[in-house]
Amino acid sequence: MSETNLLEAKCVTMNFGGLTAVANLSFELKKGELVGLIGPNGAGKTTVFNMLTGVYSPSFGTIHLEDELISKLPPYRITQKGIARTFQNIRLFNQLSVTDNVRIAFHTRKLYPIYNSIFLTPNFFKQERAIADDTKALLSLLHLEERAEDKACNLSYGQMRRLEIARALATGPKVLLLDEPAAGMNPQETEELTALIALIREKFDLTILLIEHDMTLVMKLCERIMVLDYGIQIASGTPLEIRQNKRVIEAYLGEEV
Amino acid sequence: MTLETKQKKPDGYLMLFLALLILSVNLLLISGKMPAYYKGILGFAGINIILAVSLNLINGITGQFSLGHAGFMAVGAYVSALISIYLKWPLILALLLGAVVAALLGIIIGLPTLRLKGDYLAIATLGMGEIIRVVLLNLEITKGARGLTAIPRSTSIYLVELVAFITVIFTVNLMRSTHGRALLSIREDEIASEAMGINTTFYKVFAFATGAFFAGLAGGLFAHLMGYIAPKNFEFMRSIEILVMVVLGGLGSITGSIVATIILTILPEALRSFSQYRMVLYSGLLIIMMLFRPQGLMGTKELQVREVFRLFGFGGGKNV
Repeated sequence: MSETNLLEAKCVTMNFGGLTAVANLSFELKKGELVGLIGPNGAGKTTVFNMLTGVYSPSFGTIHLEDELISKLPPYRITQKGIARTFQNIRLFNQLSVTDNVRIAFHTRKLYPIYNSIFLTPNFFKQERAIADDTKALLSLLHLEERAEDKACNLSYGQMRRLEIARALATGPKVLLLDEPAAGMNPQETEELTALIALIREKFDLTILLIEHDMTLVMKLCERIMVLDYGIQIASGTPLEIRQNKRVIEAYLGEEV
Repeated sequence: MTLETKQKKPDGYLMLFLALLILSVNLLLISGKMPAYYKGILGFAGINIILAVSLNLINGITGQFSLGHAGFMAVGAYVSALISIYLKWPLILALLLGAVVAALLGIIIGLPTLRLKGDYLAIATLGMGEIIRVVLLNLEITKGARGLTAIPRSTSIYLVELVAFITVIFTVNLMRSTHGRALLSIREDEIASEAMGINTTFYKVFAFATGAFFAGLAGGLFAHLMGYIAPKNFEFMRSIEILVMVVLGGLGSITGSIVATIILTILPEALRSFSQYRMVLYSGLLIIMMLFRPQGLMGTKELQVREVFRLFGFGGGKNV
């Protein structure tokens, strides 16, 4: 295993009963890369994310993060190791404020013992102040500071997607998995999001794996693209190669792109 | 909408008001002018506050629907009463040991059952409460349906007040911390919570065990206040009574639980002559609440004096 590979999946297979959602998939993410994962609906893209984050444990195969086996760990341990994600069908803490949504995500990085919170020790105040400051900084980076005290369920669709990203960043990830971040956004919002993804990648030194159907965004951002169809990787390469790949055009892109 | 961020600082007026209230009640107590009957009500109100706030930690804050709170209360009551009767240990030790046993039981029962969600968890915890009651009914040492008599009546109202106060402070401080937020996030979305790096199993069991601990304490206080306990004190309806207090006050609101508990403890006493209709009153209240205010008296909010003024039209609540 080369040391530049941050994340490495080897022959990963996911069976649900008789259905094979992902078959024998191998790929690696190099540090700092931005890779796109595309394919038709039901191709198994989100299943890949669920395996990487521990929601599912792969039926076969292994996943390593920095040479450490993570495919047997529970989701919260994997998040602590440095893989954060957003959800395709937004999963915010709806009844809590925007600030609280982000503050919750600082849980693992700014953890203090429970007795500290009961007895209000100096460490409690110190950590909480740090959480408050970092939360503020993240919210202003993602242009959410004006809605900081609103309930998450009252945000607009685009704001919800940004809050999901803010929350994922708060966990302090090395690898960020974005599941259709531009879904339901208008072209202008998508353009802002494209710039935002580039910005956070730079600022937080992130490696990003991105599922997206918006090809403008994918072609613009990604250095490398993997294409899944029926759980099988049918192509992998630069945006240019993918655009000209015959199998990809047949399975997904169509003639026009 | 305000531009300045609303900070959840403790409301100074509320604190002052509460302090004065507690002080005046206690002055009345110390002066010895309070009739024993009122003292009794005060004691039950305190015990109910401990029960309601600790159940709120499980049901309202962590969102794990538990119907077995009377069971934990029973364990605390019996363990501490037995220790007092047979070992004659000091009250504090008996209470603490009862609470610890209840908490341990909470962990043992919580680990397998907290995999369940919603209705299934409710039924599992209901079953647990009933098992505890039936065991108490059939054991030799608990004297079955006759119950334990001659428990030293060593609980004072002050001790009940103190424990209730500690329970509330514990819960409030917990809620203001990252651990409290972790509990809330489990209620909101368990999968997302886990994805934020929160060990949801640990926190669910923690909430369950802590709730059981305080319920056990309340049970011990109850036993040493009454001097007599029997399995019928800890029937399923007792769990429901506590649940009604929590739901009526608003799931997740600590002050809501306290207000609802005080109302629901005093109201049946005030309506003593119709006491056989107490459960009718309970059910009626619940139905009316669920129709007109399903989120409970306080919703998930906490009581703020400023808001109370606003409610009565004194203004001063411009920034809401």
